[in-house]
Amino acid sequence: MIGAAVDWVEARTGAMAFIAPLLTHHVPRNAKWWYVFGSATLMFFTIQIVTGVCLAMLYAPSAAEAWESLRYIDEQVPFGWMLRALHGWSSNAMVVMMAIHMLQVFLHASYKFPRELNWVTGVFLLFTVLALAFTGQVMRWDQDAYWGLGIGASIADRIPLIGNQVRGLLLGGPIIGGETLSRFFALHVFVLPGAAIGLVGLHLALIMKNGISEMPKPGATVEPATYREEYEKRMAKDGVPFYPDAAQRDMVFCGACLVLLVVLAAVYGPFGPGGQPDPTLIDANPRPDYPFLWIFGAVSLLPPASETAVMLVAPLVGVLVLVAVPFLANAGERAPSRRPGMVLIASLAVMAIAALTWEGKTSPWSPVMNAWSALPTPGHFLTGRTPLQVQGANVFQFAQCRNCHALDGLGGERGPALDAIATRMTPDQLMRQIQQGDGNMPAFGRNLDSAQMTALVSFLTTLKPEFEAPARIPGAQLPLPVRRMPGEVATPVAAGPQ
Amino acid sequence: MSERSEHRAGESPASGGGTKPCVNCGCAGKSAKQDARRGFMFRFGAALLGVGGAIAAVPILGTLLAPARRQASGWVSLGSADAFPPGQTRFATFLNPIRQPTDGDSAKTACWVRCISPGKYQVFAVNCAHLGCPVRWFAQSRLFLCPCHGGAYYEDGSRAAGPPPRGLFEYPWKIDGGNLLIEAGHLPGLEQTT
Ligand code: FES
Repeated sequence: MIGAAVDWVEARTGAMAFIAPLLTHHVPRNAKWWYVFGSATLMFFTIQIVTGVCLAMLYAPSAAEAWESLRYIDEQVPFGWMLRALHGWSSNAMVVMMAIHMLQVFLHASYKFPRELNWVTGVFLLFTVLALAFTGQVMRWDQDAYWGLGIGASIADRIPLIGNQVRGLLLGGPIIGGETLSRFFALHVFVLPGAAIGLVGLHLALIMKNGISEMPKPGATVEPATYREEYEKRMAKDGVPFYPDAAQRDMVFCGACLVLLVVLAAVYGPFGPGGQPDPTLIDANPRPDYPFLWIFGAVSLLPPASETAVMLVAPLVGVLVLVAVPFLANAGERAPSRRPGMVLIASLAVMAIAALTWEGKTSPWSPVMNAWSALPTPGHFLTGRTPLQVQGANVFQFAQCRNCHALDGLGGERGPALDAIATRMTPDQLMRQIQQGDGNMPAFGRNLDSAQMTALVSFLTTLKPEFEAPARIPGAQLPLPVRRMPGEVATPVAAGPQ
Repeated sequence: MSERSEHRAGESPASGGGTKPCVNCGCAGKSAKQDARRGFMFRFGAALLGVGGAIAAVPILGTLLAPARRQASGWVSLGSADAFPPGQTRFATFLNPIRQPTDGDSAKTACWVRCISPGKYQVFAVNCAHLGCPVRWFAQSRLFLCPCHGGAYYEDGSRAAGPPPRGLFEYPWKIDGGNLLIEAGHLPGLEQTT
């Protein structure tokens, strides 16, 4: 009865004839656990689609209501918070899993003949997914989203000649507003998922066409002329059917990932939304989401003179290099042990991204905006000091020095910590530095009067370990005499009475 | 239709000069005339699609591309000029004069107003000239500081330190009936002159 129904459908659709090879095609016996990451990426993508559709039913994609509607989902819709948590965590998980999948393919050189286009579609998928992650961050429509768009707009603005036009296209208008959110919504729920689904289909079709690559063996080189034929032979002789032999490992790994995802989502909850998207609340300190922290780090660490060029050119170079990978070397050895240079490149890339992500997370280049008013001056820098020095400590706080300079490990890290500055700089040097600043420090000469300056320097000259000598000009045996021009600000000698 | 019936009529491969083998059945029964007619049908169809598509493209491209051109601004009041005492720099907000109905809170805009002396002002955008983060004014050190990468500006808006390539963006201002008005609109950015 059921059999007859299946036959009836089969006779009219050919569905089984289509599906059967998907399940029974032979895959290499030795693939083992290396090959589960692509499946896990696909699983996370499926979760994104399902949770995304549900969220689209609850979310109001309007600049005036989006933020409120997220709060409504989080706080009033039954398990709405869990829905958002799943979508958010699965998004990060998908990016991570994709990166691991790509790394594995790169290390095993699975992109070599005939799988060049498997790699290329994968690279396009990577950028589509990153675009989904970025537009998804905009969907939160909170302070981070608003100012993050501002950063994107500022980068677009730096494109020569057409910067302003590109910025307009990005924002959907001259300001970050209603049409910006609608534009990103259309990208996030229609354009990009459509592109991703198409690319996934293409990627899978190519996998079926070209077969799963074998584990690399040193000496087993890829010869494009004979590869296909020999691969078919080996699979026929030594391969195992995808289902159940390989599929069972995919199932177990995906299952474990799903359980982990559910636990993360349930325990840590959804991401944001952060503060209201009200641009007049300027106590914002915008940070991008995890997948972009390393880019934030890289942009922040660039020397300003080169940053425009790097910001605009580096992404293009990145795409080109990634796409070019299989065309630069599509034959020969696949084993990592025979491709030490490639292993080195991959390791360096991973380390660089990890380090930049850490930098982006801690962002030591950002001033601590409330350090001057919120942090106490450590007591041992105050006891036994002269009134002038204590007054200098006051200036140190009130002139916001602390926002960039830490004392006792507390405060900004944009400038050097000053706990022992007196061992490194003489009073003259301190005075000069404060008055004139340098590339990364404002010149306070116009902003502090001479009394404040004097007090500040006299405080700074006490900042040293008790038994260490203060800094002096190399070669000078005695404190240098103080030279004063008429009308010049009094330069204090360390701790000396004026 | 006629094509098929002519095939059935059984034109012999050698019957007419300039015939080509028929791709479908190999009967070689297609005359040059039929070729021409098929070519015409294709061209006619393509022309219809082209005309229809070109008309439909107007609103489509309009939606996609119009934002590239729109750069508007308008005058907006920041309230009484007396609210900005000489020698001080104060925070002010306004509703963007080019706001759209769906902008919600994002139409609110902030700026810093510096009164140099009575009747002389400077009005700065909050957007850092580096990458657009909101700068904050610190009256004690007389500096604007940016929370993102530590850009700093002096009270006259000129660059003091850090990565910004220039000083703060300024809005044109005027006094009208005792009120301070600024010309604002599009998001300030490097490509603009102000
Ligand atoms: S955005 Fe202000 S310093 Fe970078």
